[in-house]
Amino acid sequence: MTKDAILGALRRGLRRGPLPEDQQAMLRGRLERHPRHTIPARSRLPHPGQVDLFAANVEKEFGTVARVATAADVPAAVADYLAAQNLPANPIMAPHPDLRAIPWSSRPLLEIREGRAEGTDMVSIQHGFAAIAETGTLMLPSAPVRPTTLNVLTDTEIVVLRASRVVGAYEEAWDLLRAEMGGMPRNVMLVTGPSRSADIEQALELGAHGPRRLHVVMIEDGDG
Amino acid sequence: MHVATSSAFKENAHRALGDAGLQRALARSGTSFIARRASAVAGLPEFEQLRDTARDIKNHTLTNLDFYLEEYERKVVAAGGTVHWCADADQARAAVLAICQKAGARTVTKGKSMIGEELAINHHLEQHGITPVETDLGEYIIQLRDELPSHIIAPAFHLNMDDWEEAFRKSHTDLPADRVFSERRDILTEARTKLRSSFLAADVGITGANFLIAETGSSVIVTNEGNGDLTQTLPKVHIVLASIEKMVPTIEDCTSLLRVLARSATGQDFSVYTTFSTGARRPGDLDGPEEYHVVLVDNGRSAMIGTEFQDMLRCIRCAACMNHCPVYGAIGGHAYGWVYPGPMGSVLTPSLIGVKQAGQLPNASTFCGKCESVCPVRIPLPKLMRHWREREFERHLTPAAVRWNLGLWAFFARRPSLYRLATRAAALGLGWLGRKKGRFTSMPLAGGWTAARDLPAPEGDTFFARYAREQRAKALT
Repeated sequence: MTKDAILGALRRGLRRGPLPEDQQAMLRGRLERHPRHTIPARSRLPHPGQVDLFAANVEKEFGTVARVATAADVPAAVADYLAAQNLPANPIMAPHPDLRAIPWSSRPLLEIREGRAEGTDMVSIQHGFAAIAETGTLMLPSAPVRPTTLNVLTDTEIVVLRASRVVGAYEEAWDLLRAEMGGMPRNVMLVTGPSRSADIEQALELGAHGPRRLHVVMIEDGDG
Repeated sequence: MHVATSSAFKENAHRALGDAGLQRALARSGTSFIARRASAVAGLPEFEQLRDTARDIKNHTLTNLDFYLEEYERKVVAAGGTVHWCADADQARAAVLAICQKAGARTVTKGKSMIGEELAINHHLEQHGITPVETDLGEYIIQLRDELPSHIIAPAFHLNMDDWEEAFRKSHTDLPADRVFSERRDILTEARTKLRSSFLAADVGITGANFLIAETGSSVIVTNEGNGDLTQTLPKVHIVLASIEKMVPTIEDCTSLLRVLARSATGQDFSVYTTFSTGARRPGDLDGPEEYHVVLVDNGRSAMIGTEFQDMLRCIRCAACMNHCPVYGAIGGHAYGWVYPGPMGSVLTPSLIGVKQAGQLPNASTFCGKCESVCPVRIPLPKLMRHWREREFERHLTPAAVRWNLGLWAFFARRPSLYRLATRAAALGLGWLGRKKGRFTSMPLAGGWTAARDLPAPEGDTFFARYAREQRAKALT
């Protein structure tokens, strides 16, 4: 069998047989503990500083951020953004309870639909699971309430994020994911800014195949 | 299918030096990657420490690779995926084709994958009536032009705006012939529009993997365009092409490697999309593939374990080595004749297609050491190239002229007093002959040098003679 042949060849190269049981147990222990390595000092800040660093890094990577006081302010922030960008006001939204709880009817011109994105959808509204200050990165794990197509198929992606979900380093976001989602979801996207390519003459152009615009609406809930 | 031309490296390099378009592209892009990396590294004080961590993680994984591969497979299966173990390119091609045929695939979208290039998978699919569509912008034009990529992260590194325009006009004949390409954005927009329908129509999506994670059974891709995510999310079948050394133990290990990957590659702090895929669509999911297959390829890697070339298996394909290489910078990637160019290619290619075929590549180095100094996993690339040179010499694959000259040099080198006498006579003789102009515009046996530049005439004595004289002078004071 090919598998045995490959494993056999590796073991011949390593000049040993299969690992002894005690060493296997040690390696399994490492997998279960998944120890952290060096974490850069840049995100070791009090939480308000991490939130500011996250917002600054999103903007550095050509995304935009609107900070609002409460969930009730989100519809206005979304509607104003769409109007300012001259985008259609019929976004497709993730069927997440937090997003459903937003009083969208306060802006009746917004025509919100729920579901996954199709090729014809121009604007998506996604639920932000967590965000990483270190590089301005959103963590968007797939779930029935958080379809992956919303991250990749539309021209514009709007992510609604609670500021309390901003962490310093990737490792902290992974711990949140392990604790709250119980194992690895099918798909976890770490998104840092809008789509881009430098394949033409190594010059950066925004808007390759993914969203041309990434807009974060951040609800300041907590350590204001 | 592109036959390897690594054995014609000298002719390839010669042609590359005379290729005006290529030289224009190299001159334009040559330093941009270097500056971007330098600025990203300067922004992260822990970078050097993270390089050590990255090296150690990869070494730990390679030492226990059999264990981690089996753990990984268990996790993939638990998540509803399948692992197809493939010893070589033939098996891998057959595995991919079988999955596509079972899915009744007519078109297949592809994310950028160097393993895909190694397997020449597009050619194989085409031969069996399946249309592969490359979706990474650089790979897309490479496919239109029927070329190999010339760089492992920037496949179209060798092309200029006019090449893009020409290829697009030639291929997209359904679009108005009088449309204008005034800036790069016009190219990008046309590709986006064209590929959109391919993404939506594809039956199977094939991606590579930057990492495989044993802890969770995940495959990881890193892209800026989002094409890889469309490729693996929309079709009903997702195939991951990955070689066995992509393995890392945990998400935390992967995270540490990601911190050095983008900075070393494009000089970004983090790429736009870093995506972890684990198995097929889950109950209740509104999107995602119904089948998830990993085609796990050995193709020469296991034979490198336990040899002096094991270090090469740490490579995370960032391309920093070629971006900083004076040889790559002069001739570009195609001259290397196969899939992997630059210093990492000069070490890896002989391992994968044989030193007989690719023996010239490890000789195409000035040993300046720049590649090793920027490698995020600290691969001693010059040392590994030297090992290949030794093997090549041992196996009598070195050209006769080189062997003869080395033999001549060795004769003198083993006789130090004769060596000094001969070099002193040569230095004095040449110095006397060139005493008027101070340089030679032509010289027998050194035509290769003097064809392009003058040879300076020696001034004064040899190093040894001068050193001896100064030691004597010191002893007197």
